[in-house]
Amino acid sequence: MSGILNSSIGRKFAMALSALFLMIFLLQHFAINLLSVFSPDAFNDVSHFMGTFWAIQYLLQPVLIFGVIFHFVMGFVLEIKNNKARQISYAKNNGAANSTWMSRNMIWSGAAILAFICLHFYDFWLPEINTKYMQGDMSGLLANGEFRYFEELQHKFVDIWRVVLYCIAFVFLALHLLHGFNSAFQSVGANNKYTKGLKGFGKAYAIIIPLGFVFIALFHHFNH
Amino acid sequence: MNMNLTLKIWRQKNASDKGKMVDYKVSDISPDMSFLEMLDVLNEQLINKDEEPVAFDHDCREGICGMCSLYINGEAHGPDRGVTTCQLHMRMFKDGDTITIEPFRATAFPVIKDLIVDRTSFDRIQQAGGFISVNTSGNTIDANTIPVNKHDADTAFDSATCIGCGACVASCKNSSAMLFVGAKVSQFALLPQGQVEATDRVLNMVKQMDEEGFGNCTNTGACEVECPKGISLENIARMNREYLAASLKG
Repeated sequence: MSGILNSSIGRKFAMALSALFLMIFLLQHFAINLLSVFSPDAFNDVSHFMGTFWAIQYLLQPVLIFGVIFHFVMGFVLEIKNNKARQISYAKNNGAANSTWMSRNMIWSGAAILAFICLHFYDFWLPEINTKYMQGDMSGLLANGEFRYFEELQHKFVDIWRVVLYCIAFVFLALHLLHGFNSAFQSVGANNKYTKGLKGFGKAYAIIIPLGFVFIALFHHFNH
Repeated sequence: MNMNLTLKIWRQKNASDKGKMVDYKVSDISPDMSFLEMLDVLNEQLINKDEEPVAFDHDCREGICGMCSLYINGEAHGPDRGVTTCQLHMRMFKDGDTITIEPFRATAFPVIKDLIVDRTSFDRIQQAGGFISVNTSGNTIDANTIPVNKHDADTAFDSATCIGCGACVASCKNSSAMLFVGAKVSQFALLPQGQVEATDRVLNMVKQMDEEGFGNCTNTGACEVECPKGISLENIARMNREYLAASLKG
């Protein structure tokens, strides 16, 4: 068991586990964001719970941050190792003949998502940490006594350029998931009679979730 | 109709030479020729001009030995599917085409000369565990006396059709050898004779694969598409399962 992460298959397995964890998180994030479209009150309540419940804040949040960092660091480490495995490139390479663009460019779609996460942290996570843990305000309330979460969300999507950046990032997320979803299952050794169905589900997940995020961003831009 | 072609071929005098692409013209090429026969025609031309012929690997020329290689117009074994280079025919090309011919590229497959690469890294992976230990003193039990599920026998046979040509490595953007190793692990993992050494086999073969400098599989599936024997990605998934189970045991 020791040293499993030093092997190519062990690294693949760890990469896949972090990917599966992040995909579950993404689904949960999407579900909560979708609430903001249908019920601002419900969105406020759930956001307050997520932002103040100790188990989420002190147990799940560190695990999530570790998962995100691990996935990105391991992705770049693997890319560097893989580049070393072919030091002279082909003069002519027809990659499109045997594989999808998404599968060949995971590092670039991943780098675009990383850039987006930095922006997203700057927009939402850092102000949240500042309010709660620097200023010590755990109430989640505005001066008028109402919850601040829905108000802050809508305010962020007033700027059209932020909305455009978010939408571009969601396109890269879709491209990343179109390969990544099923790749994660293959890496953990799941290739069987359910694979065909799983591929269909993976494609649906990779398109519906990012498209849903695009819808939410546009909804708040045009309804603030 | 016979064809006139321009060939862009990688020429490299030896392992330490830098190498470069060189252009050649060949004419009157029959569409019924195999790709290697077309290269034979080119080499006859070169020899007649007192030039060094192009070195390339070949042996059976029947698509079963795994000796021929070549990266043709950006694909291992060329644009046809399910065939090795020796079974690629010139009817896949058109008169006036320019064909780019390169060696299989991977750090673990260093070029020896021109289009010939050293694929002994595959041999070393096999030697690390791609076998079963059988007493051959005269008391060997006939393998057919052990009942094997038909599906498992067929699947193991499919895996065993891997000829170790290296097209999977050449096609993979990461130069990963996992389809080859996956096939060699699977052909034993599915049969009773392979169970005794199963744990050591997968651990040792993967260790050797990593030491040889092959890249990490990112599941692009290029290997499966370009494999002349149609070895499936299921072999990689099976190897992943075998490896993870063996790691937990060992």
